[in-house]
Amino acid sequence: MKIVTGFLPSSPLNVSKSVTVHAILMAYTVIALFPIIVVIINAFKTRKAIFNDPLGLPDSDSFTLAGFQEVLLRSDFGLYSWNSLVVTLLAVGLVLLLGAMAAWALTEYKFRGNFLIAFLFAMGIMIPIRLGTVSILSLMVELDLANTLTALVLVYIAQGLPLAVYILSEFVRTIPKELTEAARCDAVSEYKIFFCIILPLLKPAMATVAVFTMIPIWNDLWFPLILAPGEETRTITLGVQQFVGQYVTNWNSVLSALTLAIVPVLILYTIFSRQLIRGLTSGAVK
Amino acid sequence: MTQPNHPDEKKPFPWHLVIFLAPALLIYVTFSVYPLLDTLFLSLFNTQDGNSTFVGLQNFITLITDDNWSHAFWNALLNNFMFFAIHMVLQNPIGLLLAVLLSSPKLRLSGTYRTLIFMPTMLSVVIIGFVWQLLLSPIWGISEEFLYNIGLGHYFDAWLGKEGSALITLSFISVWQFVGIPMMLIYATLLNIPDDIVDAGTVDGANPLQTFWYIKLPLILPTIAMVSILTFVANFNAFELIYAVKGALAGPNFSTDLMGTFFYRTFFGFQLQQGSASMGAAVATLMFLIILVGVMLFLFFVQRRIQRFQF
Repeated sequence: MKIVTGFLPSSPLNVSKSVTVHAILMAYTVIALFPIIVVIINAFKTRKAIFNDPLGLPDSDSFTLAGFQEVLLRSDFGLYSWNSLVVTLLAVGLVLLLGAMAAWALTEYKFRGNFLIAFLFAMGIMIPIRLGTVSILSLMVELDLANTLTALVLVYIAQGLPLAVYILSEFVRTIPKELTEAARCDAVSEYKIFFCIILPLLKPAMATVAVFTMIPIWNDLWFPLILAPGEETRTITLGVQQFVGQYVTNWNSVLSALTLAIVPVLILYTIFSRQLIRGLTSGAVK
Repeated sequence: MTQPNHPDEKKPFPWHLVIFLAPALLIYVTFSVYPLLDTLFLSLFNTQDGNSTFVGLQNFITLITDDNWSHAFWNALLNNFMFFAIHMVLQNPIGLLLAVLLSSPKLRLSGTYRTLIFMPTMLSVVIIGFVWQLLLSPIWGISEEFLYNIGLGHYFDAWLGKEGSALITLSFISVWQFVGIPMMLIYATLLNIPDDIVDAGTVDGANPLQTFWYIKLPLILPTIAMVSILTFVANFNAFELIYAVKGALAGPNFSTDLMGTFFYRTFFGFQLQQGSASMGAAVATLMFLIILVGVMLFLFFVQRRIQRFQF
């Protein structure tokens, strides 16, 4: 079959088939990107141009950065981005470290309660942490953590751990036993075995976990809205939501605010898409 | 607890086990497991007026039958099933089609298509909600103009603002954003189908359609089942899209209300109704039960399917 198609690369049937495939995929790509692109190009246009020629690119007449100036003037976008960055990096870093340690403990050592703890973590993959919001809020108020980034970091660690433990456990199982047995024969401590031998081997799986953990945290509105709605602790998603809600009628500002939220994510996505797609398609989440 | 002095007596207490496991377990139990159990427990109490009294299943009875509550509850639940049904009907077939096309042999630019089509999935639901709200706005009129250009202008309407179409429109937006997930997962499954199986079918005279229908589709079904349960769980605690586009009141006239927004309003209150922690907990408990039943059905279904494949 393959040999035949190899010899006839440009038979009319194959060409028309490949044209159809490209046409459908291209059409869908346009559907997927069009809304985002329209918002971005209009963010750089004057109000008049936004309404008169929404699909046109900004030219020397219609180009303006007024929307961006207004957004930066009227809201603290720098602070919001910084808050999001701090929360996301701390939570992802701790999910990776604590998740790897727990995954190692659960797969390497046999002890009473092992299955129960593994099951408890597995439950968390399917049961959304949001359902416990009523109690999480009162817990945070009791701990005096309401309106702090710490509250968000703690909740996001709890949210990210189940999937991290699951994926990393699967990965730990593929590490040959001989490696750790040899180290134990040489009387290497358990801590050294984990931190010097196992952790470096887990790097590729940790990259996958990092991406899967990062996206929901960065994009979340629910917990910032409920646990840390204050001006000082607002994350970027909440900041944009509040800003757009407040300035609905100011089209320049709204489009610019959305653009400011979209573009960094798109840049990061373009850089890490290979990693992400490899993670998705390698069966890590199956 | 103390270190044993005789090496042959017993193994030393495995402190390394505690150090590896305790931090993760402590945070997970404190901020996820305990709050969930506490919420389930709280749903059996009434916390109105500052004191907490045990009321058994009264909160649930109120939710399901009381005139002030039941209408909103059933409305949100039915809307949520509608939301999920639209996802199922659209998301899986579109995802499957895109995945099959992407996996055509020797397709050029396949990586580029994949990356670009997956892009909206990466963005925040809130941002996507606002983007579509602008695009569908009759004030801006960009969608109207677009429809006129392809000759469908008179079909345009303020879809997001009408009771009959708002929920469907929001479902479409959500499908548009998340179709990348079924596409990616099905694509991965298709790539993992061994060539031998497909070749064997071809040798036996199966045409491409038969190959797809009888060989590939059965192997993709577990992936579709998994995508479905992920969608189910996500849909039944969806909140952001509705909140961003329609606000906590899920207008017009609650026609876009889902369990997530209903939960939010019950817990925090709205307009004249005061928020109630115990009623909020009761709604969360019902959401938990719905999700639990869905997950159980999925595990049962997939378990059987996997067994069937082994023979």
